[in-house]
Amino acid sequence: MRKAKKVIGIMAASAMIAALLAGCGGSTSSSSSTGPSTQQSGSQSSSEGVAEGGSVSGTVSMGGSTSVEEVIAALSEAFMAENPDVDLTYEPSGSGAGITGATEGTLDIGLSSRSLKESETGVSETVFALDGIAVIVNNENGVTDLTLEQIKGLANGTITNWKEVGGADAPVVFVGREAGSGTRDGFESIVGVEDECVYEQEHNSTGAVIAAVSANPNAFGYASLSALEDTVKAVTVGGVECSEATVQDGTYKIQRPFVFITNDSNQPSEAASAFMEFATSEAVADLIAEAGAVPPVK
Amino acid sequence: MKKLQKTWEEIMKVVFFLCGMVAIVMVVLIAGYVTIAGLPAIIEIGPIEFLFGTVWNSTAKEPEFGILPFILTSIWGTVGALIIGVPVGILTALFLSKIASPRVAGILRPAVELMAAVPSVIYGLAGMMVLVPFLMNLFGLKSGTCLLAAMLVLSMMVLPTIISVSETALNAVPEEYEQASLALGATKIETIFKVSLPAAKSGIAAGVVLGIGRAVGETMAVMMVAGNVANMPGLFKSVTFLTTAVAKEMSYASGLQREALFSIALVLLVFIMIINGVLNFIVKRKDG
Repeated sequence: MRKAKKVIGIMAASAMIAALLAGCGGSTSSSSSTGPSTQQSGSQSSSEGVAEGGSVSGTVSMGGSTSVEEVIAALSEAFMAENPDVDLTYEPSGSGAGITGATEGTLDIGLSSRSLKESETGVSETVFALDGIAVIVNNENGVTDLTLEQIKGLANGTITNWKEVGGADAPVVFVGREAGSGTRDGFESIVGVEDECVYEQEHNSTGAVIAAVSANPNAFGYASLSALEDTVKAVTVGGVECSEATVQDGTYKIQRPFVFITNDSNQPSEAASAFMEFATSEAVADLIAEAGAVPPVK
Repeated sequence: MKKLQKTWEEIMKVVFFLCGMVAIVMVVLIAGYVTIAGLPAIIEIGPIEFLFGTVWNSTAKEPEFGILPFILTSIWGTVGALIIGVPVGILTALFLSKIASPRVAGILRPAVELMAAVPSVIYGLAGMMVLVPFLMNLFGLKSGTCLLAAMLVLSMMVLPTIISVSETALNAVPEEYEQASLALGATKIETIFKVSLPAAKSGIAAGVVLGIGRAVGETMAVMMVAGNVANMPGLFKSVTFLTTAVAKEMSYASGLQREALFSIALVLLVFIMIINGVLNFIVKRKDG
């Protein structure tokens, strides 16, 4: 069944790449350099850069956070298209397992959607993307700003009426994602409401959460920054609007990094370092954005 | 020439046999796979805790895997759908079979057939856009997604099954029975309820059981209106059915959570097998 999931991941990634290539309107073969799009020339230069260091080959086993799966799938697909001799595998098993895998050496690269804790030693992290989670309310809701404390109260059921946070006299309806979702895990861990959320509705896609919030004037929920639409309103958190810029400069609080975890004592293989170099290059910024995350500032 | 014909006959026999085997092979494969995939987690969690645990919290630090809320919700949801669907369905079938003029029946019957053909996601969409806000306003709920909404959507979805199977059964009632009843002075309505309906009762029961199967197995439409929180069932509470419990968490599940979802699928399969067993029993008894 793991294999089936991987296949789905690869299919999703290839669909993404197909869309991307179609958008670029040209092949990425390095011989023709007439392509006007920056994305194309960017990925070309990185491919040439890697090629100069000798042909990269080998297998890189990665695993960890389920939240980063889409981003990693997109990056892997693009990398493997340029380096056909490299085989990248990804096993989504949770950030903890990714860090453990890198520490114990069972994974070439561990993937985590949180930074390392002080207790996690012997490994180092490389941030390659950021994830901003917007807090959304119905467009009719008068509340425009919430503090982290207020969001915590709304989520864990200690605040049950919107008038407690400056809104109308109406009950609070918390709409969220299903157990296992990376966005849910991200929201709950950043806000500090793990395992204590009082959900009124759970949906298995961000789109469904947004639809539910837009349909109910009492509702509030969370959604990945990249999925935001006009049908709902994103509140400012502690006065800071959720946008790519505020996530990048760190002022928007409900965000988390996507990081590569590598073992300090074992040097990563040539293929693994080539992939990490590729994934942290500026050329893939559009790819990361397309996969639903925020590229970090370079 | 004759030999060629004989070979041809033999080949076609094998082809027919192989086609027939596809169904059996698929059922055995699916049942086998779900059993193999679902049993380990039931054993690991413990059958009692799994089936009768009241808390489902699959990704908590100390996860709990109790599926009693899902089982009860599926049962209540189906019962609710039948409470509305069976009377309406049977009366509609009676109307179509015994009362309606050919012209009216000519409009009603295609409408029922169309109802059966409407994809479940469309029922779900209609439920989400119309029914949920309506219930919210009617009962002053803070959120309209609840067991009642799922019951109402399911009742619409079981209707066509109940109507068409019951109508077939009612049409098969020998005309002499009804003529005899009328000749003895019974009115048309008395004849329908006291002669036609009892004579067709096993066929109608089969329709109801098929409807139960449809309601228990429905996923998409229910997921869109029920709220999907693992609460114990309550008419106005956000609830999760057995089907939606699997569908909701499958995409990002890992480890024991994923295995437990297969276990839920196994429980669902057992439910459906029991329902089909009952159906076979009813149909056989009718023949015997």
